[in-house]
Amino acid sequence: MNRSTRRAPRLSFPVPDLSRRGFVRGAAIGGLGVGLPGLLAACGTEAAKVESDECTSTDKSDSEKVVNFSNWPEYIDVDGKRMPTLEAFEKQTGIQVNYNTDVNDNTEFFAKVQNQLGACEPIGRDIIVMTDWMAARMIDLGWIQELDHDNLPNVDANLVPNLQDVAWDPGRKRSVPWQSGFTGIAYNSKYTGEIGSFEELLTNPDISGRISLLTEMRDTMGFMLKVVGADPSDFSDDEWGQAIEELEKAVTSGQVRRFTGNDYVDDLNKGDLVACEAWSGDVIAMQYDNPDIKWVVPEEGLSLWSDNMMVPNRADHKANAEALMNYYYDPEVAATLAAWVNYICPVQGAKEAMEKIDPSLVDAPLIFPDEEFMAQTFAFMSLDEETARKYETEFSQAIG
Amino acid sequence: MSALSHVPGPTGGTPDVQATDPGTERRGITGYLLMLPGTVWLLLFFLVPLVTLVSSSLYDPSGSLATGYSMTGHVQNYADALSEYGSTFVRSFLYALTATIACLLLGFPLAYAIALKAGRWRNLMLVAVIAPFFTSFLLRTLSWKLLLGDDSWVVNALQALPLVPDDLRLLATPAAVITGLTYNFLPFMVLPLYASLERLDVRLVEAAADLYASPFTAFRLVTVPLAMPGIVAGTLLTFIPAAGDFINSELLGNPRTRMIGNDINDLFQASVLPTASALSVMLMVAIVALVAVYVRRSGTDELV
Repeated sequence: MNRSTRRAPRLSFPVPDLSRRGFVRGAAIGGLGVGLPGLLAACGTEAAKVESDECTSTDKSDSEKVVNFSNWPEYIDVDGKRMPTLEAFEKQTGIQVNYNTDVNDNTEFFAKVQNQLGACEPIGRDIIVMTDWMAARMIDLGWIQELDHDNLPNVDANLVPNLQDVAWDPGRKRSVPWQSGFTGIAYNSKYTGEIGSFEELLTNPDISGRISLLTEMRDTMGFMLKVVGADPSDFSDDEWGQAIEELEKAVTSGQVRRFTGNDYVDDLNKGDLVACEAWSGDVIAMQYDNPDIKWVVPEEGLSLWSDNMMVPNRADHKANAEALMNYYYDPEVAATLAAWVNYICPVQGAKEAMEKIDPSLVDAPLIFPDEEFMAQTFAFMSLDEETARKYETEFSQAIG
Repeated sequence: MSALSHVPGPTGGTPDVQATDPGTERRGITGYLLMLPGTVWLLLFFLVPLVTLVSSSLYDPSGSLATGYSMTGHVQNYADALSEYGSTFVRSFLYALTATIACLLLGFPLAYAIALKAGRWRNLMLVAVIAPFFTSFLLRTLSWKLLLGDDSWVVNALQALPLVPDDLRLLATPAAVITGLTYNFLPFMVLPLYASLERLDVRLVEAAADLYASPFTAFRLVTVPLAMPGIVAGTLLTFIPAAGDFINSELLGNPRTRMIGNDINDLFQASVLPTASALSVMLMVAIVALVAVYVRRSGTDELV
């Protein structure tokens, strides 16, 4: 059969002298020229650790009344399409806020900005909000500017005592807490009875394949360490190994359906997940729409974390950023924000201010926890860069 | 006159080089100029990244983002990555292969119907095949989550059937991942198949029937060989992206259905450059090797 009979006639414009050999030779020479920058990569990568003091730029705050704020989704008060506290700030100071919710996951955001910050280049943001361990990592890498506390009188006066001094940023020189929160268990009571502990979450056959854990290593492994009887704030390499083994067991047995970020919210609502590791503010917010969702303080305790506002290197509007940080430490503003986001408010005096805003929340332990409640919490110990990477790799292998 | 002399004969063949033609030199430059944008594009966005990728796969794995990675030609990275992620590789190729076969089984009758039986509905059916592209890939995959969810009507209806276990679950299973892959890449199978079948000379099939071939024999000996270019192109366009996909596994799978794309993505995000790059290079090499063998075996070098 002659297949070429039905073939369309070939395009036949003349291309003399463009022999394959000539072309390849030309391309090879051209390729050498263009390929050279690529070949430079053969020498390795530059260290991403920089000296923060050498990576500043002139503050344009006086001439440009703008601040670019990158935060997590659903982390600020909203009224329809308006954001009341932000608008009040704009009116009060004349500084326009470009508010973006482009932080979904610490690791993901880090991947997004690492090339610029590692090379002392601007990322176009004046405030970023990172969880403790990532904030510590960025400060350690020298990516964060030192704040001028003269511009932060409210922060100095009203920050709750237990957050005033953290190991990774003594004296809060480079970070200011935005909100704190708890990690615990949430379940959908339409589909299951109470799940009271992580041990049960990981072994109860009735909910097999219908639970999720968080992709945040410190959240999930904190509880795994508790399950094997270790202390997340001070554990050994052996204990870490046992905890990882325990996690792998739960994954291979098919108990764990997914590892998630914020997106467990949808699945738990629909019933694809019946119980999961969850963040306190999310769960309280869900309960307004779906009363079946329940929050549990697991027998193992609650994991405690904070998210921190920071000014990255080469940010152009540092003074404006400081004005915004200071504004959110006004007790009344803080209470308005807390009433909406339902996370732990790091501002003293906000509890009293809450009386006027929403009296029903004054005694909510998840927003204004008392000392007794705080006694159930634990934190994850800080890791050096090498250990952190080793643990993160082991964790990502265990969850995959 | 000179243009005519370059028209290749019926057997194909290379155009004659006519060194004496006065216009030759200028046209030569024109040829290079026409190729310039494409060549620059390939160099900048293929060759340079490729060199970077291969060299970062040879970095010293004890480096880190903070300290920088140094180039030590650490070939061991490949062995380490393979021993750690080998099973994920196998799984990715199995899923991609299953999805490709499913696409072929679904796509062939569809393309055949559109090309030969649809009549005036042909264009409408073609639009229907392409229509899903008007919404985003992510959105389409997320919709499958709704369809296959534990409390969805699909699952409820299936559970009502006899012989189906009451705790049947579709979402977060390998079946869901393969279904997602099949659905998302089906148009890439249908369109090349359609292009091949549309050119099919039905008189050849009729001739086969005249020569006492049964419909099945005619299909096997006439239609399928003539559709071969479409089958090869379609399977390649389906298999290659499916093998590297991570969205379907991310959204429809569980931790035990992860594909190699998921691991590469996570490793790059965690800035574990050497392992991530080594896996990417191996994926690329494996696909090129598989495709080369496949194209040779199906004897279709000239058709692709």
